[in-house]
Amino acid sequence: MIQISQDDYNKILSHAWAGLPNEACGLIGGVVENDVKVVKEVYLLTNTDESNEHFSMDPKEQLAAIKDMRAKGYVQFGNWHSHPESPSRPSEEDKRLAYDSSARYLILSLMEPGNPVLNAFIIKDRTEVSKEEISIV
Amino acid sequence: MTIIVAGEKKEYKDGLTLPELIEAEKVETPEYVSVSINEEFVDSGDVATTVLKDGDSVEFLYFMGGGQ
Repeated sequence: MIQISQDDYNKILSHAWAGLPNEACGLIGGVVENDVKVVKEVYLLTNTDESNEHFSMDPKEQLAAIKDMRAKGYVQFGNWHSHPESPSRPSEEDKRLAYDSSARYLILSLMEPGNPVLNAFIIKDRTEVSKEEISIV
Repeated sequence: MTIIVAGEKKEYKDGLTLPELIEAEKVETPEYVSVSINEEFVDSGDVATTVLKDGDSVEFLYFMGGGQ
């Protein structure tokens, strides 16, 4: 299970809204406590594609975030991105580009105004998708 | 010589090439991994010919992208 604070969830939401109409993206890191991945830091990155249908993370920002996590003793859990106009599930492109099978992929759907939906997924072999419970506390 | 890989000091032979390090570190799907050495990203065309030196700090970064 992944646990994320309301404040960190709001950070993701704000960054995603600010990025509209484009997709927004970032990384998450934290600590594992009793098998729960507790998110301690949300990183807001630049979508270098500047697109409402695609995203690519800025590698320099990615590197800076990873170094920050390391300095703070956090584990990199994975990444998050928004779907401005589609559901909270990995698209075919998301699966095709999911090169890290150990990562958690969080997808925030903004397709329904006033009802954002955040889900977490594991994507194995760039094809097999399973959902991981996510709790906002 | 000492190479710092993802923040961890490791001992490798002198003259180690980047492809040798990628293999030794068992980097999955290396074709989709960006490599930085001392904060500078290595152009994909230069990976095969890059030789590491003592004290280099290397990071492997998975491309992260997708689309709705």
